Amino acid sequence: MQGTVLMPTLTIHSIGPGVTVQDLGRPGWTVQGLSTGGAADRLAILEAAALLGTPPQAGLEMMGFGGVYSTDTDTRIVLTGAHMQATIGDSPAPHNTTILLRAGQRLNIGGAKHGTFGYLSFAGGIQTDLVLESRSTHLTAGIGAVLQTGTTLPLGTDSDTTSAPKRLTTDDRTTGGTIRVMPGPQTAFFSDDTKASFAQTTFVRSPRGNRQGVRLDHDGAGFSLDGALNITSDLIVPGDIQMTGEGVPYVLLSECQTIGGYPRIGTVLPADLPKLAQAAPGTKLRFAFISLADADATAVSDTTLLANLRKDCQPMIRDPHDIVDLLSYQLISGVTAGNDP
Amino acid sequence: MTEHEICPLGVDGVLVRFARILTDEANSQALAFRAQVIHAELLGVTEVASSLTSVRVGFDPQRTNRADITQHIVDLLERPEKQDSGPRRLWRIPVAFGPAHAPQLAQAAELAGVTQEQAVKEITSQRMRVIALGFAPGQPYLGMLPPHWDIPRQSELTPKMPNGALVVAVRQLIIFAADAPTGWRHIGQTAFRVYQPDAPEPFAFNPGDAVEFCAVADSELIALQNRTDTNGGATCKVLC
Repeated sequence: MQGTVLMPTLTIHSIGPGVTVQDLGRPGWTVQGLSTGGAADRLAILEAAALLGTPPQAGLEMMGFGGVYSTDTDTRIVLTGAHMQATIGDSPAPHNTTILLRAGQRLNIGGAKHGTFGYLSFAGGIQTDLVLESRSTHLTAGIGAVLQTGTTLPLGTDSDTTSAPKRLTTDDRTTGGTIRVMPGPQTAFFSDDTKASFAQTTFVRSPRGNRQGVRLDHDGAGFSLDGALNITSDLIVPGDIQMTGEGVPYVLLSECQTIGGYPRIGTVLPADLPKLAQAAPGTKLRFAFISLADADATAVSDTTLLANLRKDCQPMIRDPHDIVDLLSYQLISGVTAGNDP
Repeated sequence: MTEHEICPLGVDGVLVRFARILTDEANSQALAFRAQVIHAELLGVTEVASSLTSVRVGFDPQRTNRADITQHIVDLLERPEKQDSGPRRLWRIPVAFGPAHAPQLAQAAELAGVTQEQAVKEITSQRMRVIALGFAPGQPYLGMLPPHWDIPRQSELTPKMPNGALVVAVRQLIIFAADAPTGWRHIGQTAFRVYQPDAPEPFAFNPGDAVEFCAVADSELIALQNRTDTNGGATCKVLC
């Protein structure tokens, strides 16, 4: 650290068992066997960037449960991804909304009410050391570690603490539903009957899941290849649906391996992968195969995704349409307090 | 040239598969094609990764599209580069084959139909190639040993193969990247770290690197393990 300028500090007073620093990961090392990693729900990092008016930055990924946090400097924060019970003092800390966290205030984040991976982002970003140009913890690669109570982390300075609060309305992605699947290099290895049966099955997100992948449970036979076909290990991408030896599907997430030997029936579209990652154990999921052309039509770069999210951010000024008790306001005499929220 | 297949792998990737089963030829084609695609500097390509028998060309859908990338791939496949696709670097890595460091050497040698002495001689006299890296960061799959080394993985997993272990199966060797379970047989031990996440260059190998092993005494390996000024006594020579 240079000179006398001290970086703002985040202090972890207590923490859930699965909290890590995550950004959009470190692409480009597949050939060396290191997967991109990064946030299990990448969209949540982009949503935070849109709300805070920053580039995509490192935040805390909280699997299932948050923790108690404070900073020593005023900073805007935002909670994205899974909906977690969150308060600052006695006030609720709303989801997908910029909030000013004052120095010393305790931000208390409980369990996930909807979804699995919650994200806490700071306007200045978490500023831990870069490893291969990313701050993402990659547990299986031994980069970083699960965060512990008592740890402090460096933050960047929020240069705009007085900016008007913003909120972002997004489609709910925590309730499962139908997930679109595109063909991959091994889709044709599966029989038409197996593919049809896969598309007709309702799955339940298993309790067995982590940043590497999520197991799906179902009633009935597995989805194996015909015969004892032994396939050569090949390249994997997140979203691939691989079948274990017993034909049990696993959908691979950001921290998957780069090469795998299990057959893969297809690839979940990146646009639908956040829905998969956020499905809590017990959530029902179905899969729909779509054509390559339809899949490609959904391809969008992070840059475009972020630009669109920025447009969707709304200032927190109350629109008369949103005020359900409009008639009870004393509009004519104009005596409502000027500092109404 | 074997028949290749061009498949989608994600909305931002095209996979070229040179064979459905691993052969030396398919791997050579994959490594050469990866180099060829990188050399071509195609617009919008973000990453070119190879595996045992395939190459994935990743692209930015904002700057290009599947049709254009596929056309470029077809063009490149039709005129493979004549340039030398041999190894660019040669590694020499010390290995201890004593009983304490090679608990399954006798078993593996028997399965390959050779004596332990012959096994060590064959493994140390052959130049291996990094055919792919994976399963753990930086972990090399080295091929190909002679056909009599086409021995299966054991069905019972070894619960914790030590980092740096030299293991064998299906005509390939692996230098283990982490303490992890495996069905491959433990036939030697290096003091070499294939992956050092805190180092300026975390990954030792690139695909296509040549690797030779040299036998050292158990005592020498232990000395190498305790030294901090060398990565397991390995040397790396750039080939012209």
